Amino acid sequence: MAAETVLKANNLKRYYEIKGGMFAKGGTVKALDGASFNLEAGKTLAVVGESGCGKSTLARLVTLIEKPTDGELVLGGFDIGSAHTAEEKRTLRQMVQIVFQDPYGSLNPRQKVSAILEEPLKINTSMSSAERRAEVLSMMSRVGLRPEQADRYPHMFSGGQRQRIAIARALMLRPKIVILDEPVSALDVSIQAQVLNLLTDLQEEMNLAYLFISHDLSVVRHIADDVLVMYLGQPVEHGSREEIFSNPQHPYTQALLSATPVADPSRKRERIKLVGELPSPLNPPSGCTFHPRCPLANERCKAEMPKLAPTSSAQVSCHAVAEGRN
Amino acid sequence: MSLLEIRNLSVEFETAHGLFRAVDSVDLEIDQGEMAAIVGESGSGKSVSMLALMGLLPWTARITADRMNFDGQDLLTISQKERRKIIGKDISMIFQEPMTSLNPCFTVGYQIMEVIKEHLGGTKKELEARAVELLGLVGIPAPESRLRAFPHQMSGGMNQRVMIAMMIACNPRLLIADEPTTALDVTIQAQILELLQDLQHKRGMALVLITHDMGVVAETAEVVNVQYAGQQVERQNVVDLFARPQHPYTHALLSALPERATGKRLPSIPGVVPGLLDRPTGCLFNPRCQFATDKCRSTPPALHSKVLCHYPLVDGKPTNNHPGVSSQGSSGQEALGGNV
Repeated sequence: MAAETVLKANNLKRYYEIKGGMFAKGGTVKALDGASFNLEAGKTLAVVGESGCGKSTLARLVTLIEKPTDGELVLGGFDIGSAHTAEEKRTLRQMVQIVFQDPYGSLNPRQKVSAILEEPLKINTSMSSAERRAEVLSMMSRVGLRPEQADRYPHMFSGGQRQRIAIARALMLRPKIVILDEPVSALDVSIQAQVLNLLTDLQEEMNLAYLFISHDLSVVRHIADDVLVMYLGQPVEHGSREEIFSNPQHPYTQALLSATPVADPSRKRERIKLVGELPSPLNPPSGCTFHPRCPLANERCKAEMPKLAPTSSAQVSCHAVAEGRN
Repeated sequence: MSLLEIRNLSVEFETAHGLFRAVDSVDLEIDQGEMAAIVGESGSGKSVSMLALMGLLPWTARITADRMNFDGQDLLTISQKERRKIIGKDISMIFQEPMTSLNPCFTVGYQIMEVIKEHLGGTKKELEARAVELLGLVGIPAPESRLRAFPHQMSGGMNQRVMIAMMIACNPRLLIADEPTTALDVTIQAQILELLQDLQHKRGMALVLITHDMGVVAETAEVVNVQYAGQQVERQNVVDLFARPQHPYTHALLSALPERATGKRLPSIPGVVPGLLDRPTGCLFNPRCQFATDKCRSTPPALHSKVLCHYPLVDGKPTNNHPGVSSQGSSGQEALGGNV
């Protein structure tokens, strides 16, 4: 079965203008600066990087909460940039849903679970109340909640169960794409495993495309098909999971992998030390944005911005890799 | 003699629904320069047991222990005034969220100097020099100019370094780090853990690391205490714990890690940690345990060679005349504990 491409992003950009204040100068924050990728039905693309690398901005663009400053976003054959009727926009929005990181903050404490799950149907479909109720109950059993829990409030559930509710809510309108913004990082290990298994099952059942945003590489390694590594708004490496984890090429990907703790005390390894912290996106370094922290940086890296270029295994944006200096 | 010795520590809270045992007979022993870790899920009483040691729990907490000795001094009978001399100087603690643990109204320099002034004293010049030295030690660039910075002007990783600088200001013999890196990015986490290990080696400082991240435990700790629902269920050195877990909870926790999984499905632990109202009888882990028997459901287990289980595991199989694994609730099953 050839996988259907449900989303195409081409050179997606999102800039934010900062107004100058009494003391501060204005400027442009390049939160996302040229990301390109494809999402296929039934597959998972993981986006990894440190905080401030543009992962969440990407999620906001793909969910159509915000419009890209520049670039092309094609969702199920429709180009988002070109004008659409209200009706078209409505169907487009129904195709993409999102699950947030914090299941304590993303559910309305004053709504019962049934009301939370029913709301998308109320707004977007013309189902009768009995039909909606049936739909809610069937979705609840799908995500592993019991029917009698429908009339409870979010505070009566544990973190893992709340995340199940959030997942159920995202699936009510049968989307093709689900954005998972750090869906398990607020959960304990044993609960995390339950939720990850649920996500895997639902993906198989409903042929969903996942955009999985995470900074936990051990989770990404488990769930992803493809991985996009971002640094300061720019993709630095893009490839299949096997390639990224077994043969990381970009120095940032290598550092990120070596910084991730491994649950095996007998394994001793060299850690690539990254000095310093993520620079401010308001005032990014010249040339390659990673050069102040990069062990391989030279004069060219300081002056010239590298482009994402295909190597033998993945796409890498690095002068050192292109020149074979690594 | 060990630096810190805690025997049979229990902490109970008076709540509207009756007495709640947050920590249930926990033992802890740490030698000079040792690196110990306490792991467990949220609600397992990791932080509460250490807060009890520090004397930082509210008055509603009832703390009982057979022994609580630090460096020959009995912390149970000590007066409040004498405790103040030890806490912050010989024992200090780093908290999870650097952003909320620092006072936003004062510069970081002031906050560091306050600690030194309280415990060691010195002139303003000496204090300032020491603060600069400490900030340099924890790897903050341009420490002189950072003295006058407020916490909101720095990133999370920087603030955590300031916290560490503050806590090592008086050369503590024991440092308790409560999830010191949970709020930080992995690259910063690696830097902070390295810093803590470095300090431990250079100064012979003992370190207690409270965490739920098994990866962090594997890379830093020497001895590991596993806690579940307030009880200490297993204590082993780190290599044996990861290679040969003896308690079914430790075993299940390790197999639930995505990096240890072999197939597409993770072996998960059904249900959740029991709270105040749904404490089971017998062993507290029995509703989630794949090896639970009638004995587990009725009788609380005793400590078997540092493992709190009727049937400690050997090579992932229960021993001690276990009647055989029942078919219900095998580890791969996604049973949902409706413990609400």
